[in-house]
Amino acid sequence: MQQDLIRIRDLSVRFYTYEGVVHAIDDLDLDIRQGETLGIVGETGSGKTMTALAILRLIPYPGKIESGSIVFFDRDGGGELDLLKLSEDKMRSIRGNKISMVFQEPGAALNPVYTIGDQISEVYLLHRRQELGHRAKQRVDSLLSDGSGFASALRRPFWRWQSRLYDKIAQDSHSVEPRFLSHVPLFRRLLRRLRDEAKLLTVDMLKNVEIPDPARVAAQYPHQISGGMKQRAVIAMALACSPELLIADEPTTSLDVTIQAQMLELFRRIKADRGASVVFVTHNLGVASEVCDRLTVMYAGRLCEVASVEDMFLHPSHPYTKALLDAVPIPGKELQTIPGALADALNPPPGCRFHPRCPSAMPMCQRERPKLKEIGKDHMVACYLF
Amino acid sequence: MNILVDIRGLKKYFPIRGGVFGRPVGMVKAVDGVSLAVERGQWLGLVGESGCGKTTLAKTVVRLWKPTSGHIYFDVPDAVKAEIEASEASGNNSGKLASLLKENDLGTFSGARVRLFRRRAQLVHQDPFTSLDPRMKLKNIVAEPLTIHKVLSGDAQETAVKELLGTVGLSAGQLERYPHQFSGGQRQRIAIARALATKPEFIAFDEPTSALDVSVQAQILNLLKDLKKDFGLTYLYITHELLIAESVCDYIAVMYLGKVVEMGRPEEVFHTPRHPYSQSLVSATPVPDPKRRVGRIVLPGEVPSPANPPPGCAFHPRCSRASEQCREFGPELKLVGDDHYVACFHPL
Repeated sequence: MQQDLIRIRDLSVRFYTYEGVVHAIDDLDLDIRQGETLGIVGETGSGKTMTALAILRLIPYPGKIESGSIVFFDRDGGGELDLLKLSEDKMRSIRGNKISMVFQEPGAALNPVYTIGDQISEVYLLHRRQELGHRAKQRVDSLLSDGSGFASALRRPFWRWQSRLYDKIAQDSHSVEPRFLSHVPLFRRLLRRLRDEAKLLTVDMLKNVEIPDPARVAAQYPHQISGGMKQRAVIAMALACSPELLIADEPTTSLDVTIQAQMLELFRRIKADRGASVVFVTHNLGVASEVCDRLTVMYAGRLCEVASVEDMFLHPSHPYTKALLDAVPIPGKELQTIPGALADALNPPPGCRFHPRCPSAMPMCQRERPKLKEIGKDHMVACYLF
Repeated sequence: MNILVDIRGLKKYFPIRGGVFGRPVGMVKAVDGVSLAVERGQWLGLVGESGCGKTTLAKTVVRLWKPTSGHIYFDVPDAVKAEIEASEASGNNSGKLASLLKENDLGTFSGARVRLFRRRAQLVHQDPFTSLDPRMKLKNIVAEPLTIHKVLSGDAQETAVKELLGTVGLSAGQLERYPHQFSGGQRQRIAIARALATKPEFIAFDEPTSALDVSVQAQILNLLKDLKKDFGLTYLYITHELLIAESVCDYIAVMYLGKVVEMGRPEEVFHTPRHPYSQSLVSATPVPDPKRRVGRIVLPGEVPSPANPPPGCAFHPRCSRASEQCREFGPELKLVGDDHYVACFHPL
């Protein structure tokens, strides 16, 4: 049995709009295990992206996390943390560091006025300051020991000063002197080696996500590179700090099939190399079956079914899962449609939210919400049929 | 065989303007020599990645754009086409050729002739969120083609609109609504109703389901199937999802960088692809079946820019079978099986 990395309990997210309250996520229970790829599938408005955003506490206004807990079991130190109770400062040190995210649209996730290299370096400068200080100190020390001649004799005092400053950063990323100097014009140039070191790490990272000619790409702006490259850069940014959990929100939706295949290959390699958990949000069942170990199906803010990929595709149990799988065009098979439209988010039907469209709805389904029930090994279904 | 739309050597280039006087400094070869024939009642699928010229082809065929060169014949008898070809080959009596082309080649039409043609051929755009005017009511959107083509007016028009909405599965009670009050699937239904308004024979669909959810996508595809049967329509269906193309289309054309690289019936193109590009496209498509995870061919690199395509076969930089020949010469479409064409020197 794998250990849990994230344990979500009774999570509710609501949006307070002018038209009324939208229950985007309604009492959600979900575990993310260590080293697994968990797929979240569902249609538009099913709450899959909101679940991903809730883990990072990035729910946009007017949404609010109403109740529940998201416990994060930090592998290296830290212990158990309830992400919903942390201070904003602490949360910021986790975002992009221990838990990071790849957003849906790589073009929109990158800032158009900074180079790719700048944007990825930022992650290192924010979360890996001590490591950068350490590396910079080593570099200055080697300059001190190797340098000879008149020019180096002139610069020696500065190098010594830099060495002292970087040492301080390496000890404590918030030490006072470097922080003060970083606000003083001219003197802040003493700290520029941090940025240089971050750039080197960035180029390494870009190489890691199989970008050809990484040094050149690092110096380019987002509009100069193709969609597939942008997505690789965004993935590099998310992986920069070797996160324990990588959340990918529809990472391949805007890409072509052949580029999508490259990305899925990349995700699989990253997972094998680093042993990180991945949450893969997608509406494409084909993609989900390619990369995921476990799948959850969501409908109108609730979980319908949680199962391993094999179980989900070979023995789908929830009527919605079945209908969703039948709606995928498979050559030689008649296309099945799900009658009716997606549940209205403002006035969701009572009881099971799928009952108005469900072929096997019972009177009970209209009254009470079905609970998640275990019907097999690692196979949970929220339906009264079981 | 009754061919409705016959595309011969169609090219559509877009100039890249630069310099002080905005002179063309280059050409984006969006469609570069495509020959395709759509039979009456056929559902032709056009597949390929973004930037391969699928949309440009569709828009040129319904004459939203004028082709750079090549002929498009819409419902022209074979004898006339043969006559045009013969006089083109002989090179003389250019006066007669010009008048023949003016009568028959869609590419030369303009003004009233194009309008008359568009009654018979319509286009459904990709994104139903941008293809409907947000300030027009549903009834006006669907009635607009009827007004423009002066088909019907007044009460008769309103009855026709209601009838059209019924055909695509929308209720007449929604006539006064605006597009933002509808969901994505309903909007695509509106766009389809609008395309059906002038009772066309031919409809080009530009990825009509790519902005929709799986369950809605299935509804729209089933609707298209029914409409085709009921009205005897001919479809040109553009998609990048091979699973859809395989399950609904009668005939498939695979495009890469402005050219058709393979044509054939779906079972042949998808099960025994002969072009290396179609093969990798098929193997890169994720299938919702965890048992079929293995054996994927991942193509290196990306689609080159159509402004500066590689010489020879456009696919050779990414192709595992490329030889010297592919770097220098562009292959032509060759018959390799029953109605199965491939443009490759080293077919699989």
